Amino acid sequence: MKILVCISNVPDTTSKINFTDGDTKFDTNGVQFVINPNDEFGLTRAMWFKEKQGATVHVATVGDASVEPTMRKALAIGADEAIRVNAVPTDGFFVAQQLAEIVKNGGYDLVIGGRESIDYNGGMVPGILASLLDMNFVNTCVKLEIDGDNVTAVREIDGGKETLSTSLPLVVGGQKGLVEESDLKIPNMRGIMMARQKKLSVVEPVEGIKATEDVKFDKPAPKGEIKLVETVDELVSLLHNEAKVI
Amino acid sequence: MSVIVYTESENGKFKKNAFEVASYASEVARQMGTTATAVSINCMENALLGTYGISKVLNVQNEKMKPFNAKAAAEVVSKALEAEGASVVVISSSSDAKYMAPLLSARLKAGYVPNIVAAPESTTPFKIKRTAFSNKGFAHTEIKTDIKILGVSNNAFGTVETPTDASIEDFSISLDAEFKTKSTDIDKVVGKATIADADIVVSAGRGLKGPENWGMIEDLADVLGAATACSKPVSDLGWRPHGEHVGQTGKPVASNLYIAIGISGAIQHLAGVSSSKTKVVINNDPEAPFFKAADYGIVGDAFEVVPELIEKLKEFKAQNS
Repeated sequence: MKILVCISNVPDTTSKINFTDGDTKFDTNGVQFVINPNDEFGLTRAMWFKEKQGATVHVATVGDASVEPTMRKALAIGADEAIRVNAVPTDGFFVAQQLAEIVKNGGYDLVIGGRESIDYNGGMVPGILASLLDMNFVNTCVKLEIDGDNVTAVREIDGGKETLSTSLPLVVGGQKGLVEESDLKIPNMRGIMMARQKKLSVVEPVEGIKATEDVKFDKPAPKGEIKLVETVDELVSLLHNEAKVI
Repeated sequence: MSVIVYTESENGKFKKNAFEVASYASEVARQMGTTATAVSINCMENALLGTYGISKVLNVQNEKMKPFNAKAAAEVVSKALEAEGASVVVISSSSDAKYMAPLLSARLKAGYVPNIVAAPESTTPFKIKRTAFSNKGFAHTEIKTDIKILGVSNNAFGTVETPTDASIEDFSISLDAEFKTKSTDIDKVVGKATIADADIVVSAGRGLKGPENWGMIEDLADVLGAATACSKPVSDLGWRPHGEHVGQTGKPVASNLYIAIGISGAIQHLAGVSSSKTKVVINNDPEAPFFKAADYGIVGDAFEVVPELIEKLKEFKAQNS
């Protein structure tokens, strides 16, 4: 089985968010970048398939050279090869088109991406990719079992879970649950050393639709002071009379 | 050139989000000087959509659509859009809608913007405000394609009644595609509010000390008609299911009232709940970061405050019912 894991290079979850250039760009100053958490669950699940069932695992991302440390981390975790599309990922549709080209040329059976990135939260790349390639698609996937070409997947739905039966080739929008948080792999020294020798290809982008453009950013208005209350009676009264939520 | 809105239903009845997206679509249609047409699948109460400004309902009854199938839904909406000559599609932020949206986007070569929190800023060019960076910021996004897909955040726009006489037309459709992804089992809590569409969410963290103490959280949720949720450590510890984990890597919550009990308020958790309108924190640590993000707070022991709150809310409900 040949697996491609699509990874996004995102600000660490604890990052404070600021904007620059007249609020038109995300301010990367002092921000630590990591593998998007939803993608990391997918990468670890891919490594499980590699170890238990036999698979080749490649990782791909769309980004400039600044994303390479994140790709090297994926290689240190155990991915066999990495591919970087040399373009700034400004729009989900554009990213999906670039990844589709890699999948088409690479003959992958299974493509795993995160259900959404934690920066732009588009949540569209795996689905558009699947549709462009006419591959089966499972979103918000929390369990994935593969037997030959047959796939059993569980996806999270509002208020519960749904089990789906499908087949390879498949694109998965994954999240926590694909593996447990405690099973996430941390690169060890041997992995880091080996990653330096692994292939990281850079390919140029293909022409594609840029469907959307973020023209400006801003932040929520500062929060007012909390109202601390002494009694439960007072709280109930405030929720009813002031906040009008009960 | 109408606006199409995909209205979700379950067991023949509209979900709460159907009326919100209908209201939103009516507003978009008003801004564009056109009308809003709903696509309703296997629902038996279509006339209700007229209350929210929908002038036409395309009534689809199709066994292939039971249960929800994302590819089939994308095909139906796409054909409805073609039939109506529409250029805008409005959908919700439900799990099903977010499953369908990218398939629709690819099919129509349409720009999709999710997590929208307000009516369009302009329709020429088409500019819209959405949350980004897991609710830590907003993006003002321009959609550049001819066809636009708008995903409205839960509870962001609310329901707006603009009564209209809605005509209901049967929209029969033969689904061409072979759907290779099939549902084999649905395990869903029935009759309880879900985090996605609950007006009130009661959430608890490690301060509860163990899963055996969740009874009082469920009791509080029952009194309020609320959904239950939890912090990330609680789901990591297996005290509660992953589906209840609220935060940056869990579910976002955009309820009217969010009550956080025994949750200190890590930045990732606060990002997930920042769209909630009123936040209450109950914690015995006055230094807990959640006190800086909430509207109301009680510094106290959850095991004393919560049972008292349940009793007071029961009294309140008895007096106000």
